[in-house]
Amino acid sequence: MTSSSSEDEKSREKSWAGPVSRLSVRETPAGAINLNVEGRQVMSPLQGFGPLWQKTYRIRLPGVTATPAEIMKVWKERFPAFQPPGNRFYPSVAGVEPGEIIFIESAVSPRPGVLPGIPVASGVMVLYADDESFTVMTPQGFPESGWNTFSVYSQEGETWAQVQSMCRATDPIFEFGFRFMGGSRFQEETWQYVLTSLAAHFKVTGERVQMTRVCVDPKLQWSQARNVWHNAMIRSMLYMPFHLARKVVKGR
Amino acid sequence: MSSAKEVSMNVRKVNEKASIIDIHGEVTGFAENALMDAYTEAANSDTRTIILNFNDLVYMNSSGIGLLVTLLIRTQRQKQSLLAYGLSEHYQQIFELTRLNEAIGIYDSEAAALAAAE
Repeated sequence: MTSSSSEDEKSREKSWAGPVSRLSVRETPAGAINLNVEGRQVMSPLQGFGPLWQKTYRIRLPGVTATPAEIMKVWKERFPAFQPPGNRFYPSVAGVEPGEIIFIESAVSPRPGVLPGIPVASGVMVLYADDESFTVMTPQGFPESGWNTFSVYSQEGETWAQVQSMCRATDPIFEFGFRFMGGSRFQEETWQYVLTSLAAHFKVTGERVQMTRVCVDPKLQWSQARNVWHNAMIRSMLYMPFHLARKVVKGR
Repeated sequence: MSSAKEVSMNVRKVNEKASIIDIHGEVTGFAENALMDAYTEAANSDTRTIILNFNDLVYMNSSGIGLLVTLLIRTQRQKQSLLAYGLSEHYQQIFELTRLNEAIGIYDSEAAALAAAE
């Protein structure tokens, strides 16, 4: 092997997060809540409870002259800004880099058709990041177990931005929410919003987000039902009154 | 972005119950057809074990790891085991990080993987 190909290999290896058995938070970004992250194991699609879905969302970016790497750079830098209202993302100071944690505060709907209101505070770890893509992996207790890959690529002269998730609902409560409480629709609308926001940043409007759903494994993994112990929604609900009280006391 | 030309798969049927897929090149999202075609060739109704040979793996990204999850689910549905050997230390760490090592048996050599398949 030549030294340049060896260096190339080393550089590509740096695209991956280093070995992690449990997440460790070095510093919580301003405004973020360090809840349901510290000490949690990361979860692959194999450790979740519900059926395994691969969902792919993509949007065409016609007329955009920026390269996929240039578009991805913007996507990484403005990742929180492209989220829908109510979804707050807090990357670390290092940004979207392998091994870094992005804190997330979101909310789920108490019943279908009702605006989301039940808080969920958690985070994701950046598993992989290169110039044209990055992947985040979820921890124990997160609504889904698995990973989401964000990428920009050229295909037959067209530039596309894509989000691909490979996840299962983490536990029976989240599976119920995804299946019967509008959780799946909320999730799909979130990624459609993100892609539309990214496109709008590059002055692309009127493009429809294309979506495909593939059920990779329809079965429920009852052996993983115990994941409910770490359920981030339940723990967030229990924690939020203390968090808000502390904020009030500090604000005095 | 990489192309499908950067990966090739070779299937070896070791015996009635085990087949080896030799992976050459880059395993990215574009390797999907090559990997699934190789699995279709490697597996028949008597096959109990599929072994992935990563000795000639050049590179694998997160989409490639996703393909392995899909392949794993396919093998599990057929009540087959999925084993691997030839992974560099780096990719062994990636298997641990992504917890694929909890479902895919990892071995140092072809002989060790075949012995485990017995």
